[in-house]
Amino acid sequence: MIPLATYALRLGDDALVLTQRLSEWSSRAPELEEDVALTNIGLDLLGQARVLLSYAGELEGEGRTEDDLAYLRDEREFTNVQLVEQPNGDFGVTIARQLLFSVYQLLVYGDLRASSDPTLAAVAGKAVKEVAYHVDHAEQWTRRLGDGTEESHDRMQAGIDAMWPFVAELFESDDLVAELAAAGVAVDPASVQAEWDRRVDAVLADATLTRPTPTWRARGGRSGVHSEHMGFLLAEMQHLHRSHPGATW
Amino acid sequence: MDETALQRDFDATIDADDRIEPRDWMPDAYRQTLIRQIAQHAHSEIIGMQPEGNWITRAPSLKRKAILMAKVQDEAGHGLYLYSAAETLGVSRDELLDKLHTGRQRYSSIFNYPTITWADMGAIGWLVDGAAIMNQVPLCRCSYGPYARAMIRICKEESFHQRQGFELLLTLSNGTAEQKAMAQDAVNRWWWPSLMMFGPPDSESTHSEQSMRWGIKRFSNDELRQRFVDASVPQAEILGLTLPDPQLRFNSETGHYEYGDIDWSEFKRILAGDGPCNAQRMAHRVKAHTDGAWVREAAAAYADKRAAREEGAA
Amino acid sequence: MSSEWPLWEVFVRSRRGLSHVHSGSLHAPDAELALRNARDLYTRRQEGVSIWVVRADDITASSPDEKDPFFETASDKPYRHPTFYELPDELAHM
Repeated sequence: MIPLATYALRLGDDALVLTQRLSEWSSRAPELEEDVALTNIGLDLLGQARVLLSYAGELEGEGRTEDDLAYLRDEREFTNVQLVEQPNGDFGVTIARQLLFSVYQLLVYGDLRASSDPTLAAVAGKAVKEVAYHVDHAEQWTRRLGDGTEESHDRMQAGIDAMWPFVAELFESDDLVAELAAAGVAVDPASVQAEWDRRVDAVLADATLTRPTPTWRARGGRSGVHSEHMGFLLAEMQHLHRSHPGATW
Repeated sequence: MDETALQRDFDATIDADDRIEPRDWMPDAYRQTLIRQIAQHAHSEIIGMQPEGNWITRAPSLKRKAILMAKVQDEAGHGLYLYSAAETLGVSRDELLDKLHTGRQRYSSIFNYPTITWADMGAIGWLVDGAAIMNQVPLCRCSYGPYARAMIRICKEESFHQRQGFELLLTLSNGTAEQKAMAQDAVNRWWWPSLMMFGPPDSESTHSEQSMRWGIKRFSNDELRQRFVDASVPQAEILGLTLPDPQLRFNSETGHYEYGDIDWSEFKRILAGDGPCNAQRMAHRVKAHTDGAWVREAAAAYADKRAAREEGAA
Repeated sequence: MSSEWPLWEVFVRSRRGLSHVHSGSLHAPDAELALRNARDLYTRRQEGVSIWVVRADDITASSPDEKDPFFETASDKPYRHPTFYELPDELAHM
């Protein structure tokens, strides 16, 4: 794949894998209104994933469709960050994951609107509005759970603690991104870290939560090294499609 | 006003095909019938999320995944519209959910069947949603205003549900031999339960006559069932699939399709709790509610705290 | 502990130039989430460009018992309506 295709795939994989996780909440949310809200977020992300995967396939030029890329790649070929593949846990874990990822996505898409690649710029322009709502949703809930009851405070803090080791990976750069960023095509994630810190710290403080100091950090998602959860997620997502090679759905 | 005069006003409103609104006087039996029916309808929507939600994470294309997520989400939405309508009659959603969770109120038995293949997503859309729409369209003219308004919104949104199911089955039917077999198997399993969705035959239906008088029900169970059969047979032909009823034939005198005997013993057995998924559906629903309690409490506590802070600051 | 969230009534403006119309109700712990829940529930199909939410408890409504004194009394004042007046046919528009 050419670098731009790989970059589009990274963004698309993040969105696709998080959709897969969020959709597991269907019929299981703490309240019916929240079931509807989580699905809206999932549908936004799925829409982003489809456009980005299609674009990656188009750039690759070998005729691979969004479905070929979603269903027929193996675990080592998925380039999402490990944060998005982490299991839902309780609602506190899910909200923590949403907060940490959505703020990151908002800042990346925000800058990507100025990309010299018109397709990426257009995708970012649409997605940034969707993600602004996802950030708001996560911030609203982080405040309520953090500053709600004693139990909810503890659960929300536990969610933040559990997800924090996956934060460092968000801001990691490599040669591919560095070159694309230098050419004005991609956003170097390191460039949004300071703003991410500012925004997340403000919410945590508001929610009476503490920023953790993790003892370890995840690495490798962008080069296809994932946590053990990923294989199960893909097995579930891909098994039907793969059981009927060449079929149309 | 005394009760006789109130009753007279109520009857006049019904006779004029006008709508009863929440704060109007209404006979207690009318109120209780509506609460029971709307609650059962609402419960069916939210329990109905489970058999289809079962396939969201495994949907075989991203397009189908998006469609299925949106559809299951609509069911949550429809449940919400209906709980709201029930609440205008003086019950709370908590009370209704409690009755569902403790087995004192029912949901449609159709959701006690398992969805064991992807083709079930098609069969449910085409047949189960088709039957539901047949039942629901007349409810858009129900005498109780809030219920009728909820049904109008639901019917408008629901029309995509049946179409996506039909299209899904058509794709399978025109697909590989395995896909076509999967589609036929799903239709075989869902056809008879769909016919049962219209309720017991008119000769045995207990609530029908009074509900007709009150303008809650417009057509009898058997009338609606017949309409559904008449609509489905030509659709099955377009799909290239067979309906599993050897007695199905067109009667040119009546202009309707005749169909075989429905196994009402199966209907009663599942209604009584002995269906393949009754226990599983209920456990899933209760777990979601129980697991969510701390979240609902936290949000309520946060709202109280903030209100107190604002009061303190004022 | 029962923590049922209060009931809110939702009003949606379907497009600019039209007034807000009652869409339905929902439960939410506070106004901020009520607004968001309303957006998620009642505008999934681009049904609106603006939303109001009001606590159901805060609405003061007329009572059906008073419907005669409230509304019947307007029925004997036809002179409020333009059709009450008979004007010559030559008068094309008024």
